[in-house]
Amino acid sequence: MLAETGATSIEDLLAQIPASVRLDRPLNLPAGLCESELQRHVAALAERNRPRDAADFVHGGGDRVCFLGGGVYDHFVPAAVDAIAGRGEFYTAYTPYQAEASQGSLQAFFEFQTLVCRLTGFTVANASLYEGGSAAAEAALLAIRETRREGRVVVLGSVHPEYRQTLATLLENLPADVVTVPCPDGVADVAAVEAALTDDTAALIVQHPNFFGNLEDAERLFAAAKANGTVSVQVFDPVSLGLLKNPAALGADIAVGEGQSLGIPMQYGGPYLGLFACRESFLRKTPGRLIGRTEDADGRECYVLALQTREQHIRRGKATSNICSNQGLLALRATVHLALLGPQGLREVADLSVRKTHYLADRLCEVEGVSQAFEAPYLREVCLRVQGGAGRLLTAARTAGFDLGPALSRFPAGSFCDELRADELLLVAATERRTREEIDQLAAALTHMGSDSPLRRGEPLLAVA
Amino acid sequence: MRNTHATRPLSQLSRPGYRAARFPESDVPDHAPADVLPAGTLADAPPELPELTEPDVIRHFTNLSTLNMSVDTHFYPLGSCTMKYNPKRHERLAGLPGLVDLHPYRDEADLQGMLQILHEMQGMLAEISGLPAVSLQPAAGAQGELTALLVAHAYFRDKGEGEQRRKVIFPSSAHGTNPASAALAGFDPVQLKPTKNGLTDLKELAAKVGDDTAVFMVTNPNTLGLFEREIEAATKIVHDAGGLVYIDGANMNAILGLTRPGDFGGDMMHYNVHKTFTGPHGGGGPGAGPIAVRDFLGPYLPGPVVKKVGGTTQRPEFALETPSKSIGRVRTHFGNVGILLRGYFYLRTLGAAGLREVSERAVLNANYLRKKLETVLEIPHPAPCMHEFVASASKSKKNRQISAMDVGKRLLDYGVHAPTVYFPLDVPEALMIEPTETESKATLDRFADIVRAILTEEEAETVRTAPHTTPVRRPDEVKAARQPVLCGIAKGCGTVPVEDVVVSE
Repeated sequence: MLAETGATSIEDLLAQIPASVRLDRPLNLPAGLCESELQRHVAALAERNRPRDAADFVHGGGDRVCFLGGGVYDHFVPAAVDAIAGRGEFYTAYTPYQAEASQGSLQAFFEFQTLVCRLTGFTVANASLYEGGSAAAEAALLAIRETRREGRVVVLGSVHPEYRQTLATLLENLPADVVTVPCPDGVADVAAVEAALTDDTAALIVQHPNFFGNLEDAERLFAAAKANGTVSVQVFDPVSLGLLKNPAALGADIAVGEGQSLGIPMQYGGPYLGLFACRESFLRKTPGRLIGRTEDADGRECYVLALQTREQHIRRGKATSNICSNQGLLALRATVHLALLGPQGLREVADLSVRKTHYLADRLCEVEGVSQAFEAPYLREVCLRVQGGAGRLLTAARTAGFDLGPALSRFPAGSFCDELRADELLLVAATERRTREEIDQLAAALTHMGSDSPLRRGEPLLAVA
Repeated sequence: MRNTHATRPLSQLSRPGYRAARFPESDVPDHAPADVLPAGTLADAPPELPELTEPDVIRHFTNLSTLNMSVDTHFYPLGSCTMKYNPKRHERLAGLPGLVDLHPYRDEADLQGMLQILHEMQGMLAEISGLPAVSLQPAAGAQGELTALLVAHAYFRDKGEGEQRRKVIFPSSAHGTNPASAALAGFDPVQLKPTKNGLTDLKELAAKVGDDTAVFMVTNPNTLGLFEREIEAATKIVHDAGGLVYIDGANMNAILGLTRPGDFGGDMMHYNVHKTFTGPHGGGGPGAGPIAVRDFLGPYLPGPVVKKVGGTTQRPEFALETPSKSIGRVRTHFGNVGILLRGYFYLRTLGAAGLREVSERAVLNANYLRKKLETVLEIPHPAPCMHEFVASASKSKKNRQISAMDVGKRLLDYGVHAPTVYFPLDVPEALMIEPTETESKATLDRFADIVRAILTEEEAETVRTAPHTTPVRRPDEVKAARQPVLCGIAKGCGTVPVEDVVVSE
């Protein structure tokens, strides 16, 4: 092969790289491993992510039981999701630039858009963004384009702190100020939000159910935004829509969400799936890929990347976003997952999550010093207050083999208003995977360990004020 | 044989009462949603999702999958996308319990294995780039570009030059993401014309660079598959004016272990883990777009990053940390860890020698294919190329009215994916071809034979109307744009049969 290129050595081909910038030594990397060596190495590292004291756990060993929430949930993923997403025809294809060679991906993404529309009540959805946080920022950017108001974006203090951080970073160099309305009661005060909506406010961002698990008075908030000419953005949880009124019905203009609950493993935070749907009038300003249905040269129904004139490869500096590769494979997973669940399945997941989280809250509030942080109705996640600080409850639970949280203190200082006393707060969630037995064991362990903790023997678990 | 019944839209396959996923009965007392939630918040019915059996679902998506070309089934020489083979071992390893089931808010003490992998990954990416500070957070290459530009913005703001340095300069051959990212980061994009040889024109660069320059963004090797030989001089021009140099890492596959962006003057770069380090492309993603920057930019990186905090050599200990002057975060959680893991497995499999061999073979394969095609297509730039090259079908277009698009479509009939067409924009009737190192000589020979056969087919009309063997032919993109149909339901959400779809405008 080399001879046919006209070169006598690979070096001839590489002579384009000036000698002055050639690396004159091997890269300093670990030596290559064969498949079996790599497997052993990785298995040992994966083992380091498992608790060493697992055998002592009250529920009988294995990993800790997951009651963690905060936007990522330990849902069951049916085997059929992995079977389909693992097909090489889907996972080793790329962006469907050649429609004739990509009808499988294109139709699957069109079905994804359809299902996101069915969830949210809108008729326009894109074919996925990166994850929930940057999707919320994309919604704010769309609102700025749509309203031509560059002054302000209002976000509630009950929106996920990482979403708010992402929003602040991505809007940092644009004229819009990001203004946060504090939510000391765990939900927004409608009057305070109305006061924050100025003439130059492009977007109001509301999470419903919010970061604390609470239901906002979303309809009134969106009505206030509408009266002000401000675009309403709802951050939604797709599973919650098995029970709740959808964003379009509540009066939102844009709905964004995290799709991890739809058949995507937790895998330490990503890749996840950004969901995005909006009013039809925003269509040509939406970010990311859109798949459209059309006809081919023979009049057959088919699918194609639509409205590419909005995109970075054509409009470059004037594009609606810079997004190129997105989360196609995760969109496929969500599509298969929703097709497997159907309406009843989605409702059951939501229903079971509500019942178990409320039972969990009741049981944990029996532990001395633990109470519900807010009075607002909550869905499938609840915020608890622990007198003396949430950290000690987490530690006690960990010792017994349970993961709770996140504690609100893990987010940067200033993420929450002072009135909340965030160091006392933590979230807990129970999905359909959690059993009554696990919840009872957790409650028993915490109650028991109040007087007999191996870590803090002789000291009450909770410093009751 | 494809089952066309099963590929009808899900909504048409749906039959009331069917379901594929069942869940346990509730084992806790009370707390029915209707009892604990205000009535006004609840919907009357769940969303109208399709009702199907598991075999229905499997049949539907399995049949859809057969309508795709993919790396696992076809040669896929899509230039600039680096469609190399994805080793199957990575899927198994990424799915190990202890990696796939980690909640992002677990305690760091329980993540030491994961943090060790990510810390090692940061180190390997720093070494390969020659740029010591790494953030793994960006979710894709384009998000990496944006992130690095936000880092640059914060750096200049700190120096008191935030208002002054408004411009981001890039060659006209740049990926469209470069100007889009610049605009999104609040900069003014400025475009450069290339030299005749397709390289950065230093005179043009010097004329455009000034004390208002923030960043020069350049892909090296560039999008014509050529190494920017004068990159040192170019970076000097930018650095002398106080600007920063950004290297678009889309073409890293050509230079692994041969040269490093940090060595040829880059201050910042992104990787496309799904391209260079074999994350599956997934029909358009997920990718991962880690960035590497010089030391003085490290404090501005988005957090968290992984730091080694102690322990022993045998059992080091790690923690998450947010850099001191961090721009914040550009997404939720740590990053696209599932893809980073695949990249890590790839790097640990190959090691230094293997990585260098990847690039050498990628360059050899591209030059071999280039040579085989130069008698049938014009190749406007001098040999040799790096890991990809751009050919032009302009003669064929002029003489036989066969365009680059026609060639691409006809290739599908012969069972290979089309190259990238009409990019880069500077080359008329461009066909951008990247074979990658994972293809055999036999595949490259066959591809060259097919291209030759297409360009000399007796009936040019057959080529102009291709493809003829694919499930569909030449979708009407104008109709898709003028009367967009983006979901299979009508206004009013599902109250109208699927056939009566919504039509905008």
